[in-house]
Amino acid sequence: MATTTTTTSTREQEEAKNRNIWSGGVSPLKASYGKLMMWFFLLSDAFTFSSLLVSYGLIRYAYPAYEGDIDNFTFSQDYWPVPEKVYEAVPFLHGVELPLVFVGIMTFILILSSVTMVLAVEAGHRMDRKSVVKWMLWTIVGGVTFLSCQAWEWSHFIHGTEQGGLMSDGTIFYGANLMMNQYGPPLFADLFFFITGFHGFHVFSGVILNIIIFYQAAVGVFERRGHYEMVEKVGLYWHFVDLVWVFVFTFFYLI
Amino acid sequence: MATTQDQTYHEEGTLTHDMHEEEHHHGNFITTYIFSTDHKMISKQYLLTGIIWAFIGGLLSILFRLQLGFPEMDMTFLKPLLGKWITDTGTLDPNFYLALVTMHGTIMVFFVLTAGLSGTFSNFLIPLQIGARDMASPFLNMLSYWFFFLASVIMFASLFLESGPAAGGWVIYPPLSALPQAIPGSESGMTFWLVSMALFIASQLMAGINYITTVINMRTLGMSFSRLPLTIWALFLTAVIGLLSFPVLFAAALLLIFDRSFGTSFYLSEIYINGEALPNIGGSPILFQHLFWFLGHPEVYIVLLPALGITSEIIATNSRKPIFGYRAMVGSLLGITILSFVVWAHHMFVSGLNPFLGSIFMFLTLIIAVPSAVKVFNYLTTLWKGNIVFTPAMLFSIGLVSVFISGGITGIFLGNSAIDIQLHDTYFVVAHFHLVMGSASFFGLMAGVYHWFPKMFGRMMDKQLGYIHFWATFIGVYAVFFPMHYIGIDGFPRRYYSFSTFDSFNTFADLNMYISIAAIITFTAQAIFAFNFFYSMFRGRLAPANPWKSNTLEWTTPRHPGHGNWPGEIPSVYRWPYDYSKPHAKDDFIPQHIPFSETPESNLPHENNLIGIEQEGEETSKVDEPNAK
Repeated sequence: MATTTTTTSTREQEEAKNRNIWSGGVSPLKASYGKLMMWFFLLSDAFTFSSLLVSYGLIRYAYPAYEGDIDNFTFSQDYWPVPEKVYEAVPFLHGVELPLVFVGIMTFILILSSVTMVLAVEAGHRMDRKSVVKWMLWTIVGGVTFLSCQAWEWSHFIHGTEQGGLMSDGTIFYGANLMMNQYGPPLFADLFFFITGFHGFHVFSGVILNIIIFYQAAVGVFERRGHYEMVEKVGLYWHFVDLVWVFVFTFFYLI
Repeated sequence: MATTQDQTYHEEGTLTHDMHEEEHHHGNFITTYIFSTDHKMISKQYLLTGIIWAFIGGLLSILFRLQLGFPEMDMTFLKPLLGKWITDTGTLDPNFYLALVTMHGTIMVFFVLTAGLSGTFSNFLIPLQIGARDMASPFLNMLSYWFFFLASVIMFASLFLESGPAAGGWVIYPPLSALPQAIPGSESGMTFWLVSMALFIASQLMAGINYITTVINMRTLGMSFSRLPLTIWALFLTAVIGLLSFPVLFAAALLLIFDRSFGTSFYLSEIYINGEALPNIGGSPILFQHLFWFLGHPEVYIVLLPALGITSEIIATNSRKPIFGYRAMVGSLLGITILSFVVWAHHMFVSGLNPFLGSIFMFLTLIIAVPSAVKVFNYLTTLWKGNIVFTPAMLFSIGLVSVFISGGITGIFLGNSAIDIQLHDTYFVVAHFHLVMGSASFFGLMAGVYHWFPKMFGRMMDKQLGYIHFWATFIGVYAVFFPMHYIGIDGFPRRYYSFSTFDSFNTFADLNMYISIAAIITFTAQAIFAFNFFYSMFRGRLAPANPWKSNTLEWTTPRHPGHGNWPGEIPSVYRWPYDYSKPHAKDDFIPQHIPFSETPESNLPHENNLIGIEQEGEETSKVDEPNAK
């Protein structure tokens, strides 16, 4: 902004540039059609997850919360359970109360796999085939580990604790399924299974995609093609799945 | 003819900013007509499937109109068609009546006016009018049609189930739709419905991301957003609405599938049925209504916007005048798009919604009258003092404006929550949405078919038959739907099997008979269209290159465009698409690909300034290739 003339000329240049970008014949967002499609798919998928989380919120607030001292908390059909009391188990540490530790580890692993994905994309920009293969492999390992942790978490949730929970008809029920739930109202389990399951299915699909990309990178498909854009597109999906987990985690484990 | 073009195409197939030009190949029957990746063929597939569905959906409505108009009628003659759904005493099974209403709604809304309308014209017009060789991803485009086809097959199969097709209304409210023991239609018929819709949503998603990406990325040189024909604006925004609202129905349907099949209670709470208490507690049927209408209301605009876009184009062309208020037209489309997402609860005024919330949704709903009125006034002012050419397409477009006004005005009634308490779920609502959404979109679809038939099949449809078809349909829809307002104001609820069981409604027996007769005549008149369509496809007069003297790019292609659309280079665009009857111009239209430098006699002062830039733009574009592919 030194003189008026330079300002005008810059603006003119900018205008000319803008006109070129949006006046057709080029990709105005500087992205290939495949990458745009992935973005729009993710936008659409975000609405699916949002509806599920809104449904969670609506049902959650239709139920009373537990009021009283946290130390005296017991599972009951009458109020929504406190998450720290539900998710407190860690494999091989039977009987030790470690609220949210295991799910914290899971979350950390998933986020770490996003980091390795970024490194794979970055290696792709450098056309470094060996590094892409290495970091894709680590991403796959992260995804598989997350899924295994989720399987353990589900299995623990389904089998229940030794004390079980009191049902409305006076019996004791152990664990949870889609109709009965020792930890609280059945809908708590319904929503847990449905939403984490829906997310887990997304992670699973992501791992499959990652394996395909890993294989194609390893045999040199992208090197022959001259660019590693597929890694970027699948990377977008993988980051999205991570981001959704952050919201799922917040809704189920923190609120 | 085709071979010559193909040769030229291969000779000159050295094109720059596009990646599909090399994909043209001489396919066999299967790759040309069935698993085709050519957007024009896919569009014809959508159109044909849509027309077949329209006749099925129409036939279902005639069956229930027989019951409503002639309640005492002996329907034994329908036994060969309907089998056990006609009882031994010759009456229509009440459960099947509900199934007929449900399937009529589902088929018409989703399969005819969503897939048949936006599926056909998005596929056909987007690449042709923006100047692209094909969709961004032709393969995904093909996949989208075949998911729709699969959804169609499943929905069609459900008509033949032992327990009948889905019968909970097209809105499939739980608990009725969630409990198989509630009505026969909630048994496997409902499962088929949900599976079919899940596939349909997948198809819409694939189609939607393709349309949006194509419009953003594949416009030809010079085709800025402010030079897009209004058809493309409308189809683009339709795709945006679908992309954001269908996933919500997907979530709602998945939860309903779990409630039906796996014992969850998302929508179910404290229900006694057949004297038995169900174990489900804590769910909320209102939750489903919110999720459903978050799609359901935008869906209204998914079916309407393409029709409005098509009408804008046809009215401007056939009035031989620029569209009045291009920017206002785009603005009102944008306004409708945004508002469509924030009005859904006006379908739920009587669901126990907080009256204060109701008044907010009422306010937002009534605002939609503003962009809608802008569109209507702009259509009328475009027609005003135009050199109107009354082609069949033009008549259907004017017909759209007419039914859009008469149906839109009753929308203002219904949008008021106080009046809606009286009118909710009556025939007034039926009359309203059949005019403003059903008939208006249907007229848009017909207008589009008559207008673009020459480009689709290289032949003209018969004009006289088109006129007869128009007048029969136009008079027909008013004869059918207008009297329903009276029945509705009197309080008769929709979806009821029989009028004659309530004394107070017996006064409407004659009117109902009249509606049914009008419906049968209107439906029969569609045979004229079917004949005209299929006859002209093979025997019609050969179409000239630009039969309507239109400005848009699709008329610069050969009579039978090959896969790739233009034999040589894609034309560049230098002006907006509405230069009709420009003062001092040689012709009364100047197509979009004619540069200003060639029309010095008609240029406005600021357009003369563009002459330099348009040449510059060509040079820079060649240097300024995007680094992304």
